[in-house]
Amino acid sequence: MPRVHYLNATYGIRSWLLTTDHKRIALLYLASVTFFFFIGGLFATMIRIHLLTPAGFLVTPETYNKLFTMHGVAMIFFFLIPSIPAVLGNFLLPIMIGAKDLAFPKLNLLSWYIYLIGGMFVLYSFSTGGLDTGWTFYTPLSSVYSNSAVTPAVIGIFINGFSSILTGLNFVVTVHTMRAPGMTWFRLPLFVWAQYATSIIFILGTPVIAITLLLAGLERMFHLGFFNPALGGDPILFQHLFWFYSHPAVYIMILPAMGVISEIIPTFARKPIFGYSFIAGSSIAIAVIGFFVWAHHMFLTGESTYAALAFSLLSYLVAIPSAVKVFNWASTLYKGSISWDTPMLYALGFIGLFLIGGLTGLFLACLGLDIHLHDTYFVVAHFHYIMVGGAVMGYVGGLHFWWPKITGKLYPEFMARVAAIVLFFGFNLTFFPQFLLGYLGMPRRYHTYPPEFQVLNVMSTAGASILALGYLLPMIYLVWSIKYGKVAGPNPWPSTGLEWKTASPPPTENFDVTPEVTWEPYDFKNRPDLGLDGGSPSLAPAHGDD
Amino acid sequence: MQSQLPLYPEQASNFAPQVDSLMIFIIAVCLFFAVAVTVAIILFFFKYKRRTEVEVGVPIHGDMRLEAAWMIVPLILSLAMFGWGAVVYVDYRTTPKDTLDIYVVGKQWMWKLQQPNGLREINELHVPVGQNVRLIMASEDVIHDFFVPAFRVKMDVVPGHYNTMWFQPTKPGKYHFFCSQYCGTNHSVMEGWVTVMEPSEYASWLSGSSGGGDANPVVAGEKLFAEKACITCHLSDGTGRAPSLNGVYGAKVLLVDGAMVTADDSYIRESILTPNAKIVAKYSPLMPTFQGQLTEEQILALTAYVKSLQAQPVPATGSGIAPAAGKK
Amino acid sequence: MHRTGELYGQFKTLDQQKETAALGMWVFLVTEVLFFGGMFMTYTINRHAYQAAFGLGGNTLDLKLGGFNTVVLIMSSLTMAGSVWAAQVGKRQLISLLLVATLVLGGVFLGVKAIEYKQKYDHHLIPGHSFDITYCGKTPAACGFAGEQAALETEELEKALAKDPDLNAHAQLYFSLYFGMTGLHALHMIVGAGLLIWLLKESFAGRFTPEYNTPVEIVGLYWHFVDIVWIYLFPLLYLIDRHN
Repeated sequence: MPRVHYLNATYGIRSWLLTTDHKRIALLYLASVTFFFFIGGLFATMIRIHLLTPAGFLVTPETYNKLFTMHGVAMIFFFLIPSIPAVLGNFLLPIMIGAKDLAFPKLNLLSWYIYLIGGMFVLYSFSTGGLDTGWTFYTPLSSVYSNSAVTPAVIGIFINGFSSILTGLNFVVTVHTMRAPGMTWFRLPLFVWAQYATSIIFILGTPVIAITLLLAGLERMFHLGFFNPALGGDPILFQHLFWFYSHPAVYIMILPAMGVISEIIPTFARKPIFGYSFIAGSSIAIAVIGFFVWAHHMFLTGESTYAALAFSLLSYLVAIPSAVKVFNWASTLYKGSISWDTPMLYALGFIGLFLIGGLTGLFLACLGLDIHLHDTYFVVAHFHYIMVGGAVMGYVGGLHFWWPKITGKLYPEFMARVAAIVLFFGFNLTFFPQFLLGYLGMPRRYHTYPPEFQVLNVMSTAGASILALGYLLPMIYLVWSIKYGKVAGPNPWPSTGLEWKTASPPPTENFDVTPEVTWEPYDFKNRPDLGLDGGSPSLAPAHGDD
Repeated sequence: MQSQLPLYPEQASNFAPQVDSLMIFIIAVCLFFAVAVTVAIILFFFKYKRRTEVEVGVPIHGDMRLEAAWMIVPLILSLAMFGWGAVVYVDYRTTPKDTLDIYVVGKQWMWKLQQPNGLREINELHVPVGQNVRLIMASEDVIHDFFVPAFRVKMDVVPGHYNTMWFQPTKPGKYHFFCSQYCGTNHSVMEGWVTVMEPSEYASWLSGSSGGGDANPVVAGEKLFAEKACITCHLSDGTGRAPSLNGVYGAKVLLVDGAMVTADDSYIRESILTPNAKIVAKYSPLMPTFQGQLTEEQILALTAYVKSLQAQPVPATGSGIAPAAGKK
Repeated sequence: MHRTGELYGQFKTLDQQKETAALGMWVFLVTEVLFFGGMFMTYTINRHAYQAAFGLGGNTLDLKLGGFNTVVLIMSSLTMAGSVWAAQVGKRQLISLLLVATLVLGGVFLGVKAIEYKQKYDHHLIPGHSFDITYCGKTPAACGFAGEQAALETEELEKALAKDPDLNAHAQLYFSLYFGMTGLHALHMIVGAGLLIWLLKESFAGRFTPEYNTPVEIVGLYWHFVDIVWIYLFPLLYLIDRHN
């Protein structure tokens, strides 16, 4: 390990809380998103336990409704949306493009504080009466009828939105103006393309949810009538405004994970990604088309049939770029030199689960099927496959992949592979039965259900307990590895990105000398410095078997 | 009969087999791709496992033909899935003419349903098999959704709007219905049973039961029509200050600004609540609003009464119905 | 705190720093377009649904004051652009002078807005318990109308009530959006005023030169944006369906 790096360059709590180093800010985010993951996970645990019996035995109906609402709010706004961009994106983006930091480092720190303030409002809401409107805040239930702590929650999410906006702004400007010499757009790592596409959505979409929640909050506080039919308003207008952001938001959650997979697969197959420009282009296509499909959440509100037809067609179109990615990833494996390391296991697990999640989206985009499937457990299964099976797996896989770079240590490989497999198995057992429950007609957001649905619910809860273990294990051994893990060299895998050309952990300024890029991305053949394919073995051991 | 672990609910409506076939088609397409990709990945994962520490893979940057193929083929299949789904949906959103109309009011946390003869039910719906049924739904408070899994149909019930849905029950029996739009504390228990009966049984059930306490909505509507003084202006012979309502339900009405509208349920409701939104040609904006003076049930009753006037003779002058095409 | 004009650590050249700052402000303004856009969308949809109420509401706005404010704001954009130019050609005193002019004009705008808001308060047009669109029609004297004008007011009100029995609720919707949109705009102007004060401080210290004047340019961009929002607000709120 290098003697001075970003972790030990300065000491003391002030040097962390007032840092402008993107790497430290990434770790601040890591701590806070993990905290919210625990909170959301706690609620999920209670939900699944409660649903072991048809009558529901754990909590009252009011509490149950609060549990699923708060689970959604915590996980979506305070865990999933920031996770990869604010943790991995913040840490890696400048290094990957050869810069010393983001374009606006102080703004970056401000983003984190805004996130915290938003989080505090939401925690206040959770602990003083809770929130029972569903994370979707449909009116007039949320603006008139609910008796829970809606206003502080809405304020918290509103504030948190600015954290996203500033992060997106920072990333877009950084990619445009801070690239090292020779780092052209088409030499950028695909992770950067993914962050760029995500940032476009941050910038264009988040302000709309901000104004929507502002209006809903004002309606609730001052009895105004934007979305309340009793005062001349329209609840469907709320849904349009809400989903205009919240649909692109799901692409905010998945695009960065796809970016992670696009880094892991070439590395652990030791060959260039198949179809680089198609993967890069598909990220942009998803971001753009994703803004035109929002009303597929509203097929059964009584919206015009013509509108429904248009949105259904567009929803099929947005699936095509995702399919392109999956085919390209799979093709990259052909004639590769494939290692079975943990990040690769996560990447392949991602592909499998994202396949199911993405394909089941096609069921929901289908107008005729959506009549039956809308608002059932089928939808719940679909989005968990993508958000948990996809986004979270991508996040955890990325944490493993870049762990040596971030901490300078290697995690224990055997334990990590076991955890990955446990996670994959537990996840499928939890959520696959929910597809069946949905088709059988079990609606979502139900605290009690007809007895014939019990078997599938019990299976789902059993899976959840295994899934929980799959998450706990990495938390334990990753923390353990910080102190006791084997020391990692600058490029343990090895991989080809710029981040692997600097020390592990990197110095505060990222590079001792600004790199000049003359090579194509994922080029394992023409990189003698990697020590592969007959070159001199100058690598630190990948698995600590020295 | 359902097996121990059923995969789908009973098929009890005209839509059920359509939706199930569509489901099988999409499962087939998706299963094909899922299996193909998974098998390929697993194959490559084992076949190309790294053999030496310094080995690299064969650099293959891409293939335009493959990219084109796996964009075009999914696109075609997507269009097929979209098209078939669209056909079913358009059928669902196009209510046939000859329906048995049931009025439904959803509120936290129960369903109030009313048969055409006025018979009321709470959390229960009796319908005859083989007959097109239309549900006309309103909400008293928040958004609800009426969902019958065995029929494969649902529709949101939105306050401030009327939403309609239709189906044709095809198999006698008892089928669960649920609220499927989260609506607060007791959302999960806002459920009930649809009982589908043979037409003769349905008829005797309809007349045999006590009438539910309230009059037939048409009779109730007729009473209200007089009570609220509608009858003082809307004389049936067309000589009043307001147009006769004979035959107007479902007909095209000509307005002062030259526009033509169809006198459907929404139009009648609007005419009662915001009468000056649309003025019938040759009439003045004299009608007062009844906003705040009528409950949803009363509006439905008045609508039912106006509908019952469909068969009454239309006066030569003093009707709002647009003249037939070609005449001035 | 870095002195302005110095190269920050993450940049390699002053040019890169300047380009980055400008791009950053443009991207931020895009987010602002989407932010205001959501409310504009809500307003437009509701105006279409409730033409009588929104027309009546719009007519209670003072065209003279609104027009005056529009001219004031456009002039302030002129003085702002002028100060950017002054910085580019090195006329240091002129920079500060024009910044002061911009600030003063901005203050005038906010002052007139305050007058308008007070008038709304007096006429029972603030959304809430005491909102009453019929107040001025029923008691024109209380709103400062007399004679023929008073008769006109009452007639307008009656016409609108005939078209829309729910006039009060829908008019309250209009005013909620009026205060929401102009309030959000005013908030942005106050932030702008704060930025101008900071710029003045730097300008008095002689920090802006032809080689380095990025902060002036960027605040200029922001100020012009806030002006443009008003250029959209004015016709939408004051001019559509204007009778008198």
